[in-house]
Amino acid sequence: MLAGRRARSRRATLARLGGISVGGSAVILALLIGAAMILGLGANPLEGYGELLKGAFGGTEELAESAAKAMPLLFVGTGICVAFRAKVINIGGEGQIIAGGLLSTMTALAVPDLPAIVLIPVVLFMGLVGGAIWGGIPGALKAYLGVNEILSTIMLNLVAVQLFNYLLRAPLMDPKQIELGTRIPQTKRLSENADLPILIEGTRFHLGVVVALIAAAVAWFFLWRTTTGYRVRAVGASAPAARYAGMPVKRMTMLALTISGALGGLAGACLVFGSETHRLQTEGFATGFTGSAGFNGIVAALFGGLHPLFTIPSSFLFGGLLVGANAMQRVIQIPVDLVIGLNGLIVVFVVSSNTLRERLSRYMSIAGEAAEHEEAGAHPAPVVDEAGTTEPADADALDGDDDPVRTLESEP
Amino acid sequence: MTDTPGERTEVPLLEMRGITKRFPGVLANDSVDFDVQAGEIHALLGENGAGKSTLMKILFGLYAPDSGEVFLDGEESRVHSPATAIAAGIGMIHQHFMLVPTLTVTENVALGLKSHRKGRPDLAGVRARIIELSETYGLDVQPDAYLWQLAVGERQRVEIIKALLREARLLVLDEPTAVLTPGEVDDLFITLRRMANDGQGLIFISHKLHEVLALADRITVLRDGCVVGTTVPADTDREGLAHMMVGRPVRLAPDMAETEDRGVRLSVSGLTVVGDRGTDAVKDLDLDVRGGRILGIAGVSGNGQRELAEAIAGLRPVAAGSVSIDGTDVTGAEPKQVRHAGLAFIPEERMRDGAIGSFSVSENLMLLAHAEPRFSSRGVLRTTAIKTHGESLVDEYAVKTPDLSTTTSSLSGGNIQKLILARELDGEPPVLLAAQPTRGVDIGAAEYIHERLVAQRERGTAILVISEDLDEVMALSDDVAVMFEGRIVAVVPRADCTVGGLGLLMAGGEADSPAGAAATGGTGTG
Repeated sequence: MLAGRRARSRRATLARLGGISVGGSAVILALLIGAAMILGLGANPLEGYGELLKGAFGGTEELAESAAKAMPLLFVGTGICVAFRAKVINIGGEGQIIAGGLLSTMTALAVPDLPAIVLIPVVLFMGLVGGAIWGGIPGALKAYLGVNEILSTIMLNLVAVQLFNYLLRAPLMDPKQIELGTRIPQTKRLSENADLPILIEGTRFHLGVVVALIAAAVAWFFLWRTTTGYRVRAVGASAPAARYAGMPVKRMTMLALTISGALGGLAGACLVFGSETHRLQTEGFATGFTGSAGFNGIVAALFGGLHPLFTIPSSFLFGGLLVGANAMQRVIQIPVDLVIGLNGLIVVFVVSSNTLRERLSRYMSIAGEAAEHEEAGAHPAPVVDEAGTTEPADADALDGDDDPVRTLESEP
Repeated sequence: MTDTPGERTEVPLLEMRGITKRFPGVLANDSVDFDVQAGEIHALLGENGAGKSTLMKILFGLYAPDSGEVFLDGEESRVHSPATAIAAGIGMIHQHFMLVPTLTVTENVALGLKSHRKGRPDLAGVRARIIELSETYGLDVQPDAYLWQLAVGERQRVEIIKALLREARLLVLDEPTAVLTPGEVDDLFITLRRMANDGQGLIFISHKLHEVLALADRITVLRDGCVVGTTVPADTDREGLAHMMVGRPVRLAPDMAETEDRGVRLSVSGLTVVGDRGTDAVKDLDLDVRGGRILGIAGVSGNGQRELAEAIAGLRPVAAGSVSIDGTDVTGAEPKQVRHAGLAFIPEERMRDGAIGSFSVSENLMLLAHAEPRFSSRGVLRTTAIKTHGESLVDEYAVKTPDLSTTTSSLSGGNIQKLILARELDGEPPVLLAAQPTRGVDIGAAEYIHERLVAQRERGTAILVISEDLDEVMALSDDVAVMFEGRIVAVVPRADCTVGGLGLLMAGGEADSPAGAAATGGTGTG
C-alpha cells in the first residue's frame, strides 16, 4: 500500500500545482486584457506595467506602502476565510470596517489621556468590538431567523455609512470646524497616544500591518488547532453531520460571522490610527475611508484560496497593485481605475477557471487510481477504493473538496 | 461457455463476447462473456463497481466497448443509443422509474410510442393493450389511474408494461426488488417467470442472494470487471455466491452467543412523532431494548422508521410519549444531551449525517469526542493524541485508508461505514441505534459490520437495528419488530422468523402465524 500512498500524495501535489497554475494564468490573462486597455489608451503596456511594478515593489518605501495598503485587505480577507469555513458569506466588510473605526475613534475621544501602551490596545480592542457587533447582527439573524447573510451584511453596509456620515457631521465633528464654520465632516486630530507606531522609519509601515499578520496566523491556528475552530469547520462542511454529532450549529454560524466582522473592525481601527491625518473623516460614502477594502479583501481571500495564510501574499499582491496603479497614473497618465478593472478581471478568471481546475483534479484522481490499480496488479481481492464505476464516490470527493470558489459562486 | 446448461436454443438471444471497457485508470469490464437465451432469466450478480452497470450500459448503447462484440439473435448488434436499443427489442427497468407523475398510466405508456394516427396518440388502443398485457402476465394495473396515486410496486408494473408494449424481447431489470415488499417481490417473480415462459430473455441484476437463487435460471458473477463464473441455483447457495462475489469465504449470519441480561437500556413508550408531511409518522409506539440484545426493526421504507430513529436521537421533536436511555429521560432533548446519556447513532444517510466528506479520516473520527480532555486541552486540539487515537481506531476496525489525512469521501462506502462504526462504538455506549447499517456496503464490509454489532451485543450494549434488508434483520436480531404505518404490529423471536411471515406483517397483514401472534403481547397497539 506504500506505493499507493506515494501515488496518492504525488497526485495531490500535481493537483495542487495544477490549481496554482490555473490561478496564475488567471492573473496573466487579466494582465493581457489590461495591456490591451493600456494600448487603447495610447500608452505602452510594457512601460505601464513596468511603472506599476516599480511603484509597488521597487524599493523599501514602495514595499512598505504596499504592505500598508494590504493591511485592511488582509484583515477583511482573513475574516472572509473564517466565515467561509462555516459556509457563511460576509459581504459586509465595508460596514464592519466603519463600525470598528467609529467605535475606536469614540474611545480615543473619550479617554485621550491614557498612556500609549494602554490606549493603543484599548482602541484596537474597541475596533474589534465594533466590527464584531456589526458582524454579529447578521450572524444572529442568519443562525436564529434564517435571514440570508449576503443580503443582511450588504444592507448593514448602507446603515453603517449613514451612521458614519451622521456622527461625523454632528456629535463627532471637530469643534474647530464648527467654530470656523467650515464644517468639514471629520474628527479632530485624535490623541497622539493612540497613533500606531511606525516600525520602519520614513515609511508608512505601521504596527497595524503586524497586527494583520498576527490576525491571519491566529485565524489559521483557530480554525485548524482549536476545538471551537474544528466545530466551525464541521458546521460549514456539513451542518447535518455536525448536528448529529451534537454540535451547536447555530452558535457556530453566528460565531463565524462575528469573528469575520471583528477582523473587519480591527481593520477599521488600524486605518484610523495608522492614517497620516490621524482623524476619521468622511466623503459622504464609505470608499474614502475604507478604500473599498471591504470588497477588495474578498478578492484577496478568493485569490488566496480562502486560506488565511495564503491570503497574506495575496493581500500583499493586491495592495501592491493599488499602490502601483498610483505610480502608473503619475508617470504615464493611465487612470488608477484600470487596476480596479484588473482586480475585477482576476476575480472573474479565478472563479470561472474553477471549472477547469475541477476537470484537472478529476483527471488527476482517475489517473491516480489507474496507477494504484496497476500497482495492486496481481492481487485484485483487497481493493481500497471501489474500482470500476465509482463515479458517485469520485463526484463526492470533488464536491466535498475544499473548493471555496465554487461554493461561493453557487450561493444565491 | 461450456458450463452453461439449461434449455439452449441454437442461437442465443443475446451474446456478448470478450467485452472490454476501460475508463481512464479503471478496467470496468475485462473480456466479459455473457449470454442470454430466449426464455431464460439470467441473473447478474456482483458488488458495487464490479462492472454490472457498465456491461448493461454497453448493451443499451450508452457506452461503446473498447473491444468485444455484441450479438442479438446471432447477428452483430448495431445498437449505439438507447433509441436503437429499444428498436432492437431491448427494454430496461431502471431502479428509479422514468414516469410522469401527473399523467395517467395509459398516457405514460403511450409516451414515446409511435402512433399511426398522424401525431395524435392512440390512447384507446394503448389502453386496450395495457388491459390485455396485464391479464396475460398477472400485472395488476389500472390504466386510468394517475401515476402519483400509485404505490411503488404499481409504478414498477407500469414500467414493465411499457417495456412489453414496446415489444421488448430482452428485458434488463436493475435491482427491481429494492423498493418492494416481500409480497410484491413474489408477485413480480411470477410475472417475470411468465414472461420468460413466453420466450423473452431477462437479465436480473441484484445483490440479494436469496432472490437470485429463487428466480434465476443461470447466475453470472462479476468481480473487478471479470466474470468469476456462471452457475445454476441448484449447484450453489448463498454462501457459495457470496464467496464468488468477494473472492473468499463469507459468513452471512454471525454466531450469536447467549448473553447476560442487563435489563432495559433503551425504553420508548407511547411515542408519537410528526413526520415531514405533517401527519403522525410514528403512532403511540412502545419498545424496549435490553442490554446484550439486538432488536431488529423490519418494515418497508416509509413506515415511520426514519422518524422513530430521529426522535430517539433528539433530531426530531416528540409529539407525545417518552424515550429514556439507561434510565435517563431524554424525551425531546438536544442531540448533545442524548449522546451524553449514552446513545451511539449510525444514521441512515451516512454521507450526509454520519461523516463529513471533506474532512480527513482523523477529523471524522473525533467528531463526537473532540471536546473531551483527551483530545482538547484548554480549547486547543491535542494533535498527537488525536493521531494516536485515530490510528488505533483505523487499525481496530480495519478501515482501509491510505492514511489518516485522506479525505473521507474518497473512501468506499463500506470503509466510511466502518469509520462511523469505529467512532460510535468508541467508549462502550449503553445504546446503539443503527439505521440501515449495511445499505450500499459491499459484502465483505457488511460481514465485518455485522460481526462488530454482535460483538458489541456481547459487551452489553442494547442495539436497535433498523433495516429494510430482511436478511440482515433476521441474521442479526434476537427479536424482530415489524413496523407498519407508524406502529409496531408484531415482535417475532429470532427462531420463529420466516421471510414469508415477516413479509406478510410488513405489508400490513394480520399476524396469523402462532409465533407472530404470541409475540405481539406487550408491544405496539397495532
